[in-house]
Amino acid sequence: MTKDECKKVVLDIIADIAPDEDLSNVKPDVRLRDQLQLDSMDFLDIVMELRKRHGIEVPEKDYIQLASLDSCAEYLTPKFNDLAAKR
Amino acid sequence: MKLPRIVITGVGLTAPNGNSLAEFRQNLLNGVAGIERMEIRYMGSQLAGICHYDPLKYQKKKEVRVGTRAGSISIYCAREALADSGVNFEALPKDRIGIYIGCTEHGNVETENEIYNISKFNYDTKFWSHYHNPRTVANNPAGETSLNLGITGPAYTIGAACAAGNMGLIHAAQMLRLGEVDFAICGGVSESPHTFGIFAGFKSQNALATHEDPHKASRPFDLARNGIVISEGGGLYTLERLEDAQARGAKIYGEIAGYHVNSDASDYVLPNPTRQAECVRAAIARAGLKPSDIHIVNTHATATPLGDIQECEAIRAVFGEGCPDTYINNTKSYIGHCMGAAGALELAGNLPSFDDLTVHPTINVDNLDPQCALPGLVLNQPRKAAKVDTILNNSFGMLGINSTLIVKRFTP
Repeated sequence: MTKDECKKVVLDIIADIAPDEDLSNVKPDVRLRDQLQLDSMDFLDIVMELRKRHGIEVPEKDYIQLASLDSCAEYLTPKFNDLAAKR
Repeated sequence: MKLPRIVITGVGLTAPNGNSLAEFRQNLLNGVAGIERMEIRYMGSQLAGICHYDPLKYQKKKEVRVGTRAGSISIYCAREALADSGVNFEALPKDRIGIYIGCTEHGNVETENEIYNISKFNYDTKFWSHYHNPRTVANNPAGETSLNLGITGPAYTIGAACAAGNMGLIHAAQMLRLGEVDFAICGGVSESPHTFGIFAGFKSQNALATHEDPHKASRPFDLARNGIVISEGGGLYTLERLEDAQARGAKIYGEIAGYHVNSDASDYVLPNPTRQAECVRAAIARAGLKPSDIHIVNTHATATPLGDIQECEAIRAVFGEGCPDTYINNTKSYIGHCMGAAGALELAGNLPSFDDLTVHPTINVDNLDPQCALPGLVLNQPRKAAKVDTILNNSFGMLGINSTLIVKRFTP
């Protein structure tokens, strides 16, 4: 998985949990909370959907890594690729 | 002590056969029921009354996704009632508004959904939603309404089984009279058809209606009645002290004339006609009336074989043969049993009688059960009344809770 593909995965999840938001111009380097109406429960939703849909676990100490699309990609892409290698 | 007079100034509702009072009333007069088939988890196709309002009229998609069906119904009804009341909502102090919503039960739908969800993950609870607790707390429907409207006064639900719709109104009237709030949004809601448990429970109790024609399935007082049709819905009102309503020139639907709540203390599920009759008598007495002063009695009857007979016994004991101006009807024959919303919706369906002097009938009575043959029962066709100045609404619930609410025509 590339980092761009990883961003797409995260955006697909956000599209479901924040269906009123326009995601066409999300800036990858800006905190998601600063550009979208997302609260702490929504971030728990992102964590839950990563777990449900992709088997990815994000421990609480790493939640900060989900702040922006860029940081999501940095943090999650290796996890996706590790998981793919194990399969 | 002279208590402030309390009046109804707005009505918002969604029922299986209408999403506004005008539509609902028209269908009650035209004999249009609203029962359909619905796929119920683990149970297949079942009869149910489902509302077809547009949740996105007053909620964002995210609110609908995160919240509950009962919360959504509450928000729709509350906003419809506020709009109907004509009050300048923006100008109302939000901490002086109370939200009092009756519920038969809450949390079953959301809990069943989560158990079903984790069943797909080998019952691993790490897949259990973090929304479970805010969705299932008993105050959820009122809380979601306060969030949606920015109301910061007291907002809570009243658990009173199927007597709850009346209880919302009664409690609101009490809080207005105590001066706890200056404006109330109150009534009852239900999301019951979205839990399989209520269907399975009534089926195990041999109390779930079946019929090849869904619209004929709910048939109180008919000899062939065979149980309850489970429905959802909401009926919320705006209530105000009379002087406040008059000061702003509000339209007044009617005045809370009297009410009473009591308990059977005799059985988990079986009604008690003696206590029901006591409840009705006490409400009439509190209203300063006598039985012959009541012009419409809207029954609770749910179309169970025994329950209908017992309520008729209670009504017969109170009204007997000496009430020639008293008409009796039933709304569940159109919409099934809307549980926590039942009392509130059933009152709403009768309120227009103050204006059109017409009593909506009980439909689906092909063969009247002789044990339910009350004088004044309005069957299958609307009936014109010489006068309609009072409406008495019965709502009874499991564990033996009874509520009677009387609304009278407003006269200054």
